[in-house]
Amino acid sequence: MGLPDSKQSFVMGTVQTPVGPVPQVSASLDFMDHWGVFKARWGVGRMNYTVEPGLYALGHPDSKTPVLVTANYKLTFDTLRRCLPDLDVWILVLNTEGINVWCAAGKGTFGTEELVRRIKSSRLEEVVSHRQVILPQLSGPGIAAYQISKLSGFKAVFGPITASDIKTFLDKGCKADPEMRQKTFSLSERTVLIPVELTGALKPSLLIIPLLFILGGLGNQAGYWDNALHFGVLAVIAFLGSLLAGAVLTPIFLPWLPGRAFSVKGLFAGLIVAAVFLLVQSIDLGVWSGRFYSLAWLLLIPGVSAFLAMNFTGASTYTSLSGVKKEMRYAVPLEGAAVLFGLALWIVSRYAA
Amino acid sequence: MGRLIYLKNVVTLELDPEKCVGCGVCLEVCPHPVFRIDNGLAAIENRDACMECGACALNCPTEALSVSSGVGCAAAVINSALGRESSSCCCVIESEPKQGILSTADFQELKLPESS
Repeated sequence: MGLPDSKQSFVMGTVQTPVGPVPQVSASLDFMDHWGVFKARWGVGRMNYTVEPGLYALGHPDSKTPVLVTANYKLTFDTLRRCLPDLDVWILVLNTEGINVWCAAGKGTFGTEELVRRIKSSRLEEVVSHRQVILPQLSGPGIAAYQISKLSGFKAVFGPITASDIKTFLDKGCKADPEMRQKTFSLSERTVLIPVELTGALKPSLLIIPLLFILGGLGNQAGYWDNALHFGVLAVIAFLGSLLAGAVLTPIFLPWLPGRAFSVKGLFAGLIVAAVFLLVQSIDLGVWSGRFYSLAWLLLIPGVSAFLAMNFTGASTYTSLSGVKKEMRYAVPLEGAAVLFGLALWIVSRYAA
Repeated sequence: MGRLIYLKNVVTLELDPEKCVGCGVCLEVCPHPVFRIDNGLAAIENRDACMECGACALNCPTEALSVSSGVGCAAAVINSALGRESSSCCCVIESEPKQGILSTADFQELKLPESS
C-alpha cells in the first residue's frame, strides 16, 4: 500500500508531503483520457480500466485543503477531476476493483472497511491538519458515515451526487442543496448508456443472425438458398429493429413510453418498430401466409425488445430489486413464449397458402 | 417531465418511528424524495420512489430503518439464477452482509499498523 505510482500516464508530477511525493493530476483530460472514456462507453476493456488506489493531489493542495473520496474506476476518477478546474484538493482513491462509486457501494467494496484502511495506509492524518473527508453521496449504500470517525479519527461527510456540484458544495461550507441530493435520469444520462447496451447485445447477436438465415431457408416457395437469402435478410433487419427498439428507443423515450415496468415500455417500442417493419413490406393480409408472417413479427420484435428493455433496469437510477423481481416473474415467461411462438409462426407462414 | 417512478407497492422499506431520533441522515443519503422530516422525526413521504439501495438503513445510527437492499438489475437476477457472474454487469444481487454496526472484532481488525 502507501502512495500510488507516479508513473501512471495521467500523473503530471508530484507534490511533496510529510509522507513522501504524492502523485499530482490536473483537471484537464488529455487525448488518451478521452480515448479511454470513449472505449469504456463502448464496453471495451471497461472492467479493467483502473487507477492505482491511494492519495492524489489535484492542483496544489496543502494541509488545509479538503479531501474528496472516490473509486478507482478511471472513468469515475477522470469525471471527478474534470469537474474541478481551478480547485486544489486531495483525492483519496479507494480500491473498488475498477467499479464506479454507486455499484461498488452496492457491492460493499466502496465500504466502511476500505475507507478506514485507505485513510490509514495513505497516512492522511500526516498530510492534512483537518480531520474530515468528503464522500460522494452515492457511496451511502456501502459506507456508514457515522462509524468512520470512531474507526479512523476522520469525520465523513456526504457530498453531492454529481462531481459538478462539488465546487458549490465546498463554497457553501460543505452544505448540499436538496436538489443536489436527488439522482436524476435525464435524456443525456440515458443516451450515454446506449453504446454499452448495444455492445452487450452483440455477443448473442453473433449466434442469432446466422440462425435466422438457417431458419429462413425452410419453406416451400423457392429453393432453400433463395429462401434463406430473402427471408434471412428480412429477419436480420427485423432483429436489428428489435435491438433498436429495446436498446436505443426505450432508453431515449423512457419517460414517455407507457407503463412503469421496463418490459412494458420495451413492448410498446417494439410494437412501433414491428408496425413500421410490416407496413413498408405491404403484406397481403388476405392470405394465411401474410397473416402468419405479420403476427410472427408482431410477437418477435416486441418480445426481444421487451427483454432488452427489462435489462436496462440495471443501468437505470431508480429501479428497486423487489420491483425488478416482480416484473421478471411475468415478463420473462411472456417474452420467451412470444419469441418461441413467433419463430414457429414465421416458419409456418412459408408453408401456408 | 415528472420524476420517473417504478412499480407501485413493492418496496420493502420500513421505518420504526419509536427508534428514530430525527438526525436526518436518511434525507441526506437517499437519492430520491422518499423521506421528509415531520415534527422532528423522519417519515416516509413517497415509498414508491425508494429503489432499495440500502443507504438509509446502513447510515441510520439507531437502526430505525430497514430495507431488503439490493440492485434493481434484471441482468444480475438472471446471472444469479443461472449461477454465473457476468463480466458485463457490475451488479451483485445479494450483497455481502454489511448492514448494522461493526462488532468489536471488526474494529480491532481495522486498526492496521501505521505504515502498512
